[in-house]
Parts: sequence; structure tokens; C-alpha cells
Amino acid sequence: MAHGHAVKRYSGLMDWLTTVDHKKIGILYLLAGGFFFLVGGLEALLIRIQLWKPLNDFVAAHTFNELLTMHGTTMIFLAAMPMIFALMNAIVPLQIGARDVAFPFVNAIGFWTFFAGGVLLNVSWFAGGAPDAGWTAYAPLSTPTYSTTHGLDYYVIGLQIAGIGTLVGGINFLVTIINMRAPGMSFMRMPMFTWTSFITSALILFAFPALAVGLAAMMFDRLFSGNFFEPTNGGNAVLWEHIFWIFGHPEVYILILPAFGVISEVISTFSRKRLFGYSSMVFATVLIGFLGFMVWAHHMFTTGLGPVANALFSIATMLIAVPTGIKIFNWLFTMWGGSIRFTTANLFAIGFVPTFVMGGVTGVMLAAAPADFQYHDSYFVVAHFHYVIVGGLILGVFAGLFYWWPKMFGRMLDETLGKFCFWTFYIGFHLTFFVQHFLGLMGMPRRVWTYLDGLGFNNLNLISTIGAILMGIGTIAFLLNVVITALKPKNASNDPWEDGRTLEWTISSPAPEYNFLQTPLVRGYDAFWKEKMEGKKAMVPAEPIGPIHMPSPSILPFVMSVGLFIAGLGFMYAKGDYGTGIWASILNNHILAIFGLAITLGCMFLRSVYDDHGFHIEPDELHGDKGVKA
Amino acid sequence: MSTLRPQGPVAEEQFGLMKLTILIMVLVVVIVFAIAVYVIIRFRRRPGDKSIPAQVEGNHKLEIIWTVIPIILLIILGVPTVKSVFGLAKDYTKDPNAVQVKVTAHQYWWEFEYPNLGVKTAQELMIPNDAIISIEAKTADVLHSFWIPSLAGKIDTNPGGNVNVMYFEAPKTGVYLGKCAELCGPSHSLMDFKVKVVDRASFDRWVAAMKNPVALPADAEVAELLNKQCLSCHAIGGNGGPAFPNLTGIGSRESVAGILMNTDQPQYKNEGTVKDNLIKWIEDPQAVKPGTLMPKVDLTKEQIEAISDYLAGLKLEY
Repeated sequence: MAHGHAVKRYSGLMDWLTTVDHKKIGILYLLAGGFFFLVGGLEALLIRIQLWKPLNDFVAAHTFNELLTMHGTTMIFLAAMPMIFALMNAIVPLQIGARDVAFPFVNAIGFWTFFAGGVLLNVSWFAGGAPDAGWTAYAPLSTPTYSTTHGLDYYVIGLQIAGIGTLVGGINFLVTIINMRAPGMSFMRMPMFTWTSFITSALILFAFPALAVGLAAMMFDRLFSGNFFEPTNGGNAVLWEHIFWIFGHPEVYILILPAFGVISEVISTFSRKRLFGYSSMVFATVLIGFLGFMVWAHHMFTTGLGPVANALFSIATMLIAVPTGIKIFNWLFTMWGGSIRFTTANLFAIGFVPTFVMGGVTGVMLAAAPADFQYHDSYFVVAHFHYVIVGGLILGVFAGLFYWWPKMFGRMLDETLGKFCFWTFYIGFHLTFFVQHFLGLMGMPRRVWTYLDGLGFNNLNLISTIGAILMGIGTIAFLLNVVITALKPKNASNDPWEDGRTLEWTISSPAPEYNFLQTPLVRGYDAFWKEKMEGKKAMVPAEPIGPIHMPSPSILPFVMSVGLFIAGLGFMYAKGDYGTGIWASILNNHILAIFGLAITLGCMFLRSVYDDHGFHIEPDELHGDKGVKA
Repeated sequence: MSTLRPQGPVAEEQFGLMKLTILIMVLVVVIVFAIAVYVIIRFRRRPGDKSIPAQVEGNHKLEIIWTVIPIILLIILGVPTVKSVFGLAKDYTKDPNAVQVKVTAHQYWWEFEYPNLGVKTAQELMIPNDAIISIEAKTADVLHSFWIPSLAGKIDTNPGGNVNVMYFEAPKTGVYLGKCAELCGPSHSLMDFKVKVVDRASFDRWVAAMKNPVALPADAEVAELLNKQCLSCHAIGGNGGPAFPNLTGIGSRESVAGILMNTDQPQYKNEGTVKDNLIKWIEDPQAVKPGTLMPKVDLTKEQIEAISDYLAGLKLEY
């Protein structure tokens, strides 16, 4: 039977620009996040080359500040966040037995706005200077008085646009996980990765508006001479610190929680054992998310908030160690008594545990405010947060990628090259950052362009630079692995690791467009494992085979983000002096900015008035899949 | 300058807390590592092993243990932390026995004013070894952070009348390195200063010497030049303007511009005699400290030499 109405189907590039399929959007997130990860990594290498010897002048001082700002901003917002979203998009709907996310169109908007913001931010390199006030952009250094280039404009507007993407993405996943779980999948039967994605989405919902407000205020300061943070006109610089960290601290947990989820899945699968203490794991995740909002001022112990605030935030911060400790021991005892298989994915996951513990304990050390007076803004802090973010999040992302690669692409990554990647990256990581603890204790402040000779910093910095190069080699090995794998045939089975426990392993690799031919019936935690243990090969379906409703692809999300991109540029350059020519009238009168906004609003209007009900895939088109009669 | 070799009671208290936390944390790390190594070796999958391990759901006793023990450790850590937070927040700004210093941070130099003594200096904080030093810190432009690793932890310098206070003591005489610890622009990494701790008698002599009038250069031409080119911004003794670093006694300081170390046996790129350093600095300030407000003044080589000669000779007896 033919379709009820004509369906637009695109192929090639247009397919990718118009897709609303969560699996394809996941791949787009991975490509974009991976690209920015390489950019940020390159910036990191330049930083380490500058610091390999004292009084080096490999890059100029102001270039160095641009590099460190863009390294931090890129890695957090444009590399780590999208890679998390890549995994969430690729896996969460499969884990809960859904056919897509709740709002596929919004999902596409999320990706394209993030991408537009990220590109806009990096355009600054070619437009007269990148932002240079650190990823924290503390006022007054970030106010127009002290930052006269357009760098910080790119920062506020680029991040604002990218932030829209993250916020709508978070809302989308909240709705998806609450509403679209397969029959029988109660909250306490959800896989751990889905749980952590859920809590992360909730944190995004509450944390990103704070950033949006802060960035909007700073945008007013920069573009329209507002005075939120300009002290000479009655603004308050400390206010920005508060707003930034009210967003910034939960952001750390937004990043790390999904990594916790990945580690839980990988360790459990490759130990052939149920996750130890599942309910305490869920409880710990929720508690970390909750406490994460109450500790922002531990980034500000030296700001001079007074002893009462410092004492309270010290204690609140230390408390986070308790749920984190619960997780660590649960992972160890998941392995205890198991049958551990050392795949690359599991190497990354097992490597994660001690590394993250080290990042965690230095976190508790930093929480002791009087001691933090010494650690603060020194290399000790640099070491700490790289242990948490690289040693935690990035190892988690690598584990997740090796683990779910067959489900995303239908091919297994090469294990030998994978193990080479793990060992170079892992050893390089510890070489780079372990010594930085000592540099900090010896008195080396962070964000320094250079350091003097004769202070005892030389050797440790050299080791750190060598480590960074090793991490670079590890990353190249991963890229090589991706290329080699892409040339191989798609031959991964449904359950390529053979010990899969959750729903994503019940369907083909890669998953078909509609994910599940029939929505599965979930009868317990680790749904697939439960069926396997009872001798079954597949899930019991919860519905008969019928037409599957699919959303239509659309170019609107892409066009909307292009509009925002143009509007951003228009606002930034509205105040310049362009003489009397055509550019002056376009830019100075905000015509370009209005044009950009008009594109975006026009797309929203089109989307609202044009009803697109999507299309159905009829049962006779579901070739290749053998349905089970319900 | 290391925080690991504290030279005063405040840094010692902070170091003590650091040692306590490190001790507890090393304990935690060792336990986790030990369990991890044991598990990885003991429970690795042997080739051909198809057995299914017992699917343990959890263990309440164990889970309670690893919840309660961290809580106990945190109490051990939390009590001295809170005590120390309040102890270090003591305000000595009204204490007549303490030496009061107003620290003002600038891009990229430090101004030290002794309001009770009527003395103002730059780049080098001179303090006696027998009193509490009470600091009131603020900034004239962007955020900076005042840090002397071996004497005390840091405090941010905030703009707009938001003054932070801290105190420390330095019982041992000597010279300590101070740093800016908050990103403040291109020369953030070069915004060092020195803390010179001397005994009470020397300190008093230094204060008196700072107030003595300073003679202008004997050569009228150099004096004219100095008046026109330098004293419009800088002060020397009773002459000149207050906006930029006070140069009184610059000849006996440890460094020029905070970063060029004065020594007769130069070892590194940033070291030289006082005069050489002054010449290097005046010839091209941007090359020494990118982004500094000190302009490249239009002077001939001879003029720079003459001014540097004069400045290098500005020594204080103390």
C-alpha cells in the first residue's frame, strides 16, 4: 500500500541537514563535538608548547590568553556538551524502548543552534581576536572598558545561541524519559545511563537559564552600554561571579553524570553482572544533582564573601563526597565476583574509577576554604578539574563510544588500535596533569603565559608538555581507528558484546529508522538480560505490528540557526564606524540583525501555520524484520 | 615561595589543614586502589569462561559502611575547617599594634600604602617581622588576587569600594615572592611583587628614609628631562604625581617593574644589574610587560642611560 500522502525523502547532504531522526542527530552531535574537541585539543597543545620552558615566547601574551579562554570555552560548551548529547541522542530512546525523542523537530533545533553558536564563537579567531578573559569571563576584564575587541562579543552571543540548543535539548530529554518509556519500564527499571541523562537534563533545565540571564546582561553591557557589571557606573563585578557559578557548578555535574551512567553500563556489561546497589546508585545521582546547586560559592572563597558563607559552602561541598563515594564503591563491587572482560570500552571504564577518585579527593581538599586560599587559581585547581573532566568525562565518553559504536554505526571499532589509544591517552593524561598538582602547591598560578626560571617549575612543566603530546597521539589513534572501521563492512550483530543487558541490544546494529518494530514489554531491570536468562532470544512485544508513525524531515531548524547566526553578527558589529557607505547603513541601523531575526521568526511562523502530521511506515514496507505476532 | 614551606603562622595553619586533608585523602585513594587492583586481577575473565556470575543486587551492610565512614571522615575534616575559616577572618584593621597596609592592584603593578605611617610605595611590600600585617585590598581596574604563597593564601582585589581584608605575620626576615593569581590581562603572569621582611629597627629607618626629601639629578638637563618625562606620572620623594608606581628608593629594590630581578650575577633572561634592568625597561616597556600602561618615552640612548643612572642611585638606608 502506498502512503496516505506524499512524503518528502531526502538523500545525501540534504538528508543530514533536514533530519529529525535522533540517531542521525546523535551522529551530527558526535561529528561537531569531535571537531571542536580537536580544535580545543590543538589549543591545549599550543598552551603546553608555550609552557614547556620558562620565559618562552612561542606565542604572544595576548594570544596565550585567547588560547586559554577558547580552550576552556570550546572544551566545555562545544566539545564535552555535544559529545554527551551525542550519546544521549543515540542511546536513551533505544534504552527506554521509544521510537524517537518526544520532540524530534526541537531536537534538530537543539543541534543546529548549538552548531551555529559554536561556529560563531570560533569565527572570532578570523575577525580580529578571540575572547581573552578566561572561560569565566570575569568582569571588569570582560567589560568594554578593558576588552575593546569584538572577542567577548563573540563569547556572549556565541554562547547564548549555543545555550538555546542545550536548553531545548535538556527539556526534550526530560519529556522523552518521563513520557516515552516502553510498557513496564518504571523509573526504577530504567538503565543507569538513562537515569543519569534524566538528572542531567533536569540540571540543564535549572542551570542554563542562569547562564542565559547572565549572558544577556553582559550582552547589554557590551552592546548597549548597560551597567550590570561595570563598577565605575554602579555595576557589580562580583554579581557576575555569582551568576556564572550558579550556572557553572551545576554544569560540572551536567557533564559528569552521563559519564557516570556510561561507566555503570560498561562495567556491568563486561563484568557480566548486575549493577551493584542500583537503587543507591539512583539515589546518589539524584543527591549529587541536588547538592550541585548549593555549592557554587566554593569557586569564590577568595572573593571575600565572609566566614559564614565560606564555612557553609565548605561543608556543603564536602557533603558531595558521600554520594560520589557510594558510586565508586558500587562500581568496584559490581566487578567483585564478576567475570571481567577487558575490552577497550571496559579499559576506559576501569581506568576511569581510580582517576575519578583522585579528581574527587582533590575536590574535597579544595572544599576546605582556608586551604583553598592557597590552592585557589593555582595549577592545583587546573590539575583537579582536568582529573574530573578529562579523567572523568572524557574517559567516560571514550568508553561509551567504544561500547555503543556498533549500535551507532553497525561496525565494531578495532580493539588493538583501541587499546593503543587507551594506553597512550591514559598515560599521557596522568603525565600531563598529575605533576600539575605539585606545580600549584609550589606557587604557580593558573592562566599564566610564562613563568620565571629558577623557581623549580621547569622539569614538571616539561613532563606535563610531554604528557599532552602523548594524549594527542592517543586521540590521533582514535581518529585512525574511526577511519579504518568506516572502511570495513557493516557486520555487527544485534548484541555484539554478547553480554548486553539493556533494550538497545535487542534491535539491529545500527537501529532501523523506527527503532522498534514492536514496542517491547519490559518485565524488570536489565530487561534484555532477564529475557536471556530465561532462555529467550528477544523481547516480548507489547503491541502487534502496525503502521509506524514517523515525523517529517525539515530544513527549518537549520535555517532558524542560520538566522540566529546572522543576527548575532549584526548585533556585534552595529556600533562600529563604517563611514557612510552601504555597510554603514546596514550595520549601524541594525538592519542585518533584524534581517537575521526575521529569518528565525519567519521559520517559527511557518512551522506554526503549516501542519505537518508526518507519515506512516506501513507494515508491508518493514522489510527485513521479522515481527513476532503479539 | 612554595606553599609547602610555610614561613609564617597563617601559611602554617593553612599548610596544617592541607596536610590533614592530604592524609585522609591518601588513605581513601589507597583503599580504592587496593580494592580496584584486587578485583581486576582476581575476577578477570579466563578464556572460554561462559559461566554467569551471581547477579547480586546489593548489600545493605556494605552500603551503609561506605556511606557512614566518609561522613565520619568529613566531620574530622569539617570541624577544623570551620574553626580555621573563622580564625583567619579576624579583622585587624582597627588594631593599633598591627601594621596597616592598603594594597591597591593595578594592571600590572602593586601599590602599597601605609596610611598610619604616611608612606606609599610600589612593587615591594616592606614589613617588620614582629607585628601582624593587616591588609586592606582593592583594585583600581580589573580583578587581581593578592598572593604570597609562603606567607598566606590569597585574597581577591575587587573594584568599586568592595574592600577585602586579611592578615598575616612573617616572623622570619627575608625576601618572599608575591604573585597575582587572577587573570587580569596579557601581563598577568608577570605581575609579581616582593615582600621584604626586616626587623623593627630597620623598618622604622626605612619609614623615615621614605619621608626624606630626595634631591633631583645634579645635571640640570637630566633634572629637566626627569621632571617632564617621568614625574608627570611617577613620584619620587615629595616630587611628582601619584597615579603610577612610586619610585622612591627604587635603587635598593629587588626588582624593576616587579619582574626584572636586580642582581650583580645575572643567571637568567630576566636578571641584570639595577641599571641594566632600568635601561631595558625604559627602552621598551611593552617588550618586558605586554599591555602595560607605561609608554615607550621618546628618549635618546644617552638620556635613558642618564635617567637609569640617577634612578639606580636612589637607594634608601635602612
